[in-house]
Amino acid sequence: MIQVISFYLFASILIASAAMVIFARNPVHSVLWLIVAFFNAAGLMVLIGAEFIAMLLVIVYVGAVAVLFLFVVMMLDIDFAELRAGFVKNVPLGLLLAVVLVAELILGVGAYRAGAVKLGTPEAGAATVSNTVPNIEAIGNLLYSKYIFLFESAGLILLVAMVGAIVLTHRRSHGSKGQNINSQNMRRPQDATRNVNQPVGQGVEL
Amino acid sequence: MDLNASLFLVRPEVILSFSALALLLLAAWRSDSGRLASILAVTALFGAGAFVVDFMATGTDATAFDGLIGNDAFGNFAKLLIYFAAAISLMIAPRFLENAGAMRAEYPVLILLAAIGMGIMVSATDLVTLYIGLELNSLAAYVLASFARYDGRSAEAGLKYFVLGALASGILLFGMSLLYGFAGSTSFSAIGTALNGDISLGMIFGIVFVLSGLAFKISAAPFHMWTPDVYEGAPTPVTAFFASAPKVAASVLLIRVVIEAFGNEAMVWQQIVIVVALMSIIIGAVGAIGQQNLKRLLAYSSINNIGFILIGLAAGTEQGVAAMLVYLAIYVAMTLGSFIVLMQLKARDGSYRETFADIAGLSKTRPALAAIFAIFMFSLAGIPPLFGFWGKLVVFQAAVAANLLPLAVIGIAASVIGAFYYLKVVKVMYFDEPADVIAPADDAVLSWTGGILAITQSPLGYLAIPVLAALSAQAARALF
Repeated sequence: MIQVISFYLFASILIASAAMVIFARNPVHSVLWLIVAFFNAAGLMVLIGAEFIAMLLVIVYVGAVAVLFLFVVMMLDIDFAELRAGFVKNVPLGLLLAVVLVAELILGVGAYRAGAVKLGTPEAGAATVSNTVPNIEAIGNLLYSKYIFLFESAGLILLVAMVGAIVLTHRRSHGSKGQNINSQNMRRPQDATRNVNQPVGQGVEL
Repeated sequence: MDLNASLFLVRPEVILSFSALALLLLAAWRSDSGRLASILAVTALFGAGAFVVDFMATGTDATAFDGLIGNDAFGNFAKLLIYFAAAISLMIAPRFLENAGAMRAEYPVLILLAAIGMGIMVSATDLVTLYIGLELNSLAAYVLASFARYDGRSAEAGLKYFVLGALASGILLFGMSLLYGFAGSTSFSAIGTALNGDISLGMIFGIVFVLSGLAFKISAAPFHMWTPDVYEGAPTPVTAFFASAPKVAASVLLIRVVIEAFGNEAMVWQQIVIVVALMSIIIGAVGAIGQQNLKRLLAYSSINNIGFILIGLAAGTEQGVAAMLVYLAIYVAMTLGSFIVLMQLKARDGSYRETFADIAGLSKTRPALAAIFAIFMFSLAGIPPLFGFWGKLVVFQAAVAANLLPLAVIGIAASVIGAFYYLKVVKVMYFDEPADVIAPADDAVLSWTGGILAITQSPLGYLAIPVLAALSAQAARALF
């Protein structure tokens, strides 16, 4: 029962916040709604017993991608004075969201303890969730055996992304002074310092 | 199947990957090694091509890595075309990019990585493999489009291509997830089995989305909007690459998905393919009429040609697929040749020209170049003595054999519209007052490759028909 309630809660809030991503006029709000959507998607993953993917969603998407999105959004021309103006007005909405997230947390944990939901997938070749093998182990087993070719090819895609980013943005800067560690290490004390027996009462000779 | 046997079947990809990584190291240590890296990359492509020829000779038809990727005559035929087109775009590029101040060793590396991606695309037998190959190719293409990064148009082309390409990838992924959800598997053969008899609404949605995403990648109407802008903005050798190799890869991928995964539901995809084919032919023909820029003109020409290629797919028969492969082979030679001609339109001040005004009266100042360009234009228009006619003929034959006579009639009528602008190029070159802006020939590589490709399009090309027909028939047979 708790699973069904949690499912409908996560699913409806996921769809609602996804709609808000599109309908929010302020791009910053869109990104924040997107984070809410990701959290709810993670909740759905927990419900079907895919806890590792749920954690990935939170860590990778909510953590990295959302922050990256925020960076991009920050570069847009946004009037921040106007943005802060509605703080008091938006407090109830913020509190409501916080309450919803806490409720989801409690429900999610409860539902997770009650066991995974049986998915209505077609019988042919549908993946089954094993109770004995942990998620990470199951994914690892597939990733490095059956899907090894795709895993390596995905590595090539990342390489292309890296090469592309460097090709398109790297500039060889002229006139900047770099550090030459080798010459620093080769330098001996006698090259750089001089012992002087300084007589009293005379000026210093540099 | 054990790992060694699987790796054996993807030898071309493995050798290209190692070459790309080695060249990347070369690029890291010697940033001025663009030409050397290009030569080495062409060698690597020939090496990979030799493996493919070996596969074709021994006639393997097997899947590797638990059915994720296949190795059959169909994919190997496409790989040969792709490697050929990639090698040509490597050979013609150094001089042009050096003039633009953009020749770096990363260019051949990215072309090689794109070629790996395309090799994976054409031999994919699983939706995930399809997507990985497609993205590997697309990401490299986005970077290549803006390779001349100090040129505003090139940067714009890269950005446009990236944003629209990402959208298309999203559409494709959405369709794939629907197919996976309703079929319960990502493998083409399992989807083909699941798509038998009663078909659910979700599956129809999946098919439509997957076809839309792939139509974007082959720049078929109504998903063609990016093509003219990207083709115009990207450096010309890169445009030549875009118009040839990725087109082959995406078309072949489309054929495989449609025949292997959706083959049992011809009712669903056939109407989509027919509509897309007709729209591409008509938009490609009409859209090109007002263009002043020759690169944009060739972009519309490529949209137009994709329409003709899709007619073969609409037929959905073995004959149709073989006809498409023949057309693709001829198309690659025609389009590469046309862009090579464009690259030779260099003014005396060293700048590259690409409008109608610049080629006015070209036959007086550069008769050989004008003749070669005329050959390619006549061939693209499909005028009989030239080889381009053969491609159109076999495609229409396949359509007629599959009882798609109206489609063939409309296609022929639209190709007459298309002939207008191809002939306009010839008319401007031969009958207009000479503008005399184009400098004498100074690049032997371009002259030779352009000349040789022109010979393949001349009536001499008909000598290749037996070989081409045998190879394409063998390739098509592997699919059915």
